[in-house]
Amino acid sequence: MSRLKTLFKHKNSNILNIYITAGFPALNETILIVQELEKAGVDIVEIGMPFSDPLADGPTIQASSQKAIENGITLSKIFEQVTEIRKTVQIPLILMGYFNQVLKFGVPQFFSKAREVGIDGLIIPDLPIDVYNNEYASLVDEIDLDLIFLITPQTSNKRIKMIDKLSNGFLYLVSSHSTTGSQQNLQTSQIEYFKRVKTLDLANSSLIGFGISNHDTFTVACKYANGAIIGSAFINAVANSTDLPATIHQFVLSITR
Amino acid sequence: MKKIKHMHYQINDKGYYGEFGGAYIPEMLHANIEELRKQYFRIIEQEDFQEEYNDLLSNYVGRPTPLSYARRLSAKYRSNIYLKREDLTHTGAHKINNTVGQILIAKRMGKTRVIAETGAGQHGVAAATVCALMGIKCVVYMGEVDIKRQSQNVTRMKMLGAEVRIVKSGSKTLKDATNEAIRDWINNPIDTYYIIGSVVGPHPYPEMVANFQSVISDEIQKQLKRMEGREFPDKVIACVGGGSNAAGAFYYFLDNKEVELIAVEGEGLGISSGKTAATIRTGEEGVFQGSKTLLMQDQDGQIVEPYSISAGLDYPGVGPLHAHLFKSGRGTYLVATDKEALAAAFELTKLEGIIPALESAHALAALKKIVLLPDDIVVVNLSGRGDKDMEIYSKNGKYE
Repeated sequence: MSRLKTLFKHKNSNILNIYITAGFPALNETILIVQELEKAGVDIVEIGMPFSDPLADGPTIQASSQKAIENGITLSKIFEQVTEIRKTVQIPLILMGYFNQVLKFGVPQFFSKAREVGIDGLIIPDLPIDVYNNEYASLVDEIDLDLIFLITPQTSNKRIKMIDKLSNGFLYLVSSHSTTGSQQNLQTSQIEYFKRVKTLDLANSSLIGFGISNHDTFTVACKYANGAIIGSAFINAVANSTDLPATIHQFVLSITR
Repeated sequence: MKKIKHMHYQINDKGYYGEFGGAYIPEMLHANIEELRKQYFRIIEQEDFQEEYNDLLSNYVGRPTPLSYARRLSAKYRSNIYLKREDLTHTGAHKINNTVGQILIAKRMGKTRVIAETGAGQHGVAAATVCALMGIKCVVYMGEVDIKRQSQNVTRMKMLGAEVRIVKSGSKTLKDATNEAIRDWINNPIDTYYIIGSVVGPHPYPEMVANFQSVISDEIQKQLKRMEGREFPDKVIACVGGGSNAAGAFYYFLDNKEVELIAVEGEGLGISSGKTAATIRTGEEGVFQGSKTLLMQDQDGQIVEPYSISAGLDYPGVGPLHAHLFKSGRGTYLVATDKEALAAAFELTKLEGIIPALESAHALAALKKIVLLPDDIVVVNLSGRGDKDMEIYSKNGKYE
């Protein structure tokens, strides 16, 4: 059983998934950051593969991606880092990145390599689910990798059910009409959408992401889903840190307290 | 004027030209693209839409644009060269053919806000123009680098009532402006219509923009029939950034193998200089800004920042139609350097009294690179006028 499935089997509420851009703030700090996140009690870490043109990301993750690329991050470097991380870290690890890099690497090769170094799931926001289903789903089944897809407030119930059927690991509920890092309180319309999804009786667990930045928004998200994903707020926290372990523990504590 | 004709040049219903195209979009845009696709194919069939579109093309844009026989240029190159005068449209470039079409779609979809990206500023101006005409709010994204080199167009957009947002990410040029426009659309999916300026982006954009630009080759056919007694030329030459003027100039000749389709990319300082925008020549297959196409990218799949003196050609991707025309051998894809384009611009100005846009000057530069027979009928698509480039021309008078 995959690490993600095992996690959701034993824990189905208040799951905290933290996103960190690989190679940020400094090239090899990713290793320390993931280790500390596990120690701080985080359930899943999502490692971002920095892309030059990240369409779904807001200014914070864009800037961290650009910095990481300047720092010299590459896909092979990320795979090396994950290999190193896996020597001690047991929690599920997810790679998030854009399809062009996967395509350039070779889709089957990328999937195999990710699995080989200890990655449990992938989020590729610009890989449409129909293309995935037609061309790549069979590859994923063979190697026991979980593919995680996004749903949004505009996704119809019918489509959510279809996406649920093709997803493994969990469903990524994008909280609002936005790119990553928007800082708003959760609105009534968003709560209605969370409730709507909850009533659909889906096979996968769900985590809410985009706009989850603090204890309050995390708590609301956990009311309607199995947990939440925090990205930009964490990037901001580590960006200027002079003591990463302390910053990370404080940050996680501020969310889960 | 005739109805918009569907020329599905080997495009399938999922928007693929051969292996290129499709809709590689995040789920956040799925509903928008689905709505657009359904509405677009419904609306363009409607008679009232076609009437309004054709009326605007005639009485607002100023179509048909002339097909000018370039006497002195023809004498110099010992051939028969015609110029399709898109520079004479309202706003001074072919871009308006597309924005007139898309604003009518936006209006019929009930959208109240329009966003656009722009490189040279011609598409931004064309979008701002039709928004002013229709009384719709307009936001144009433009890279900081382009704002500096095409400042006159920034002033025009502002005067037309558009808000110009400066894009400071990445290379601060067209690709980054496009990223920001797409992000805006993700953040405003309900009220906003995104007018893409070229034959790029997710399906149905490449097909839609090609359709709206197809009026160029439709007119060429009719004008040649009158002037030369035949409906098609031997060669059509057009510049390619994203590729919309070329798509329009090629459109009705795509299925006619007797017509040689010649596209010219911005070579910048030279193919091997690392300062180029020659996507087809240097690119590899990838997925970028919504479609599978040829892309300038490095070994790690990162997009390589393009360079061309011409802001309209300074783009690391190319429309999927062009990737397909190249791959299938139907189109010939050439390159012209900054210097060659400048020389061609000065040459045209001197011989014909027409100052071309820097983009169009790349198409003219191809005249030196191809074999021209004395009996050949050659059409160069003069996609825009050079007013916006006067600063660059005045700095580069030495290429005269």
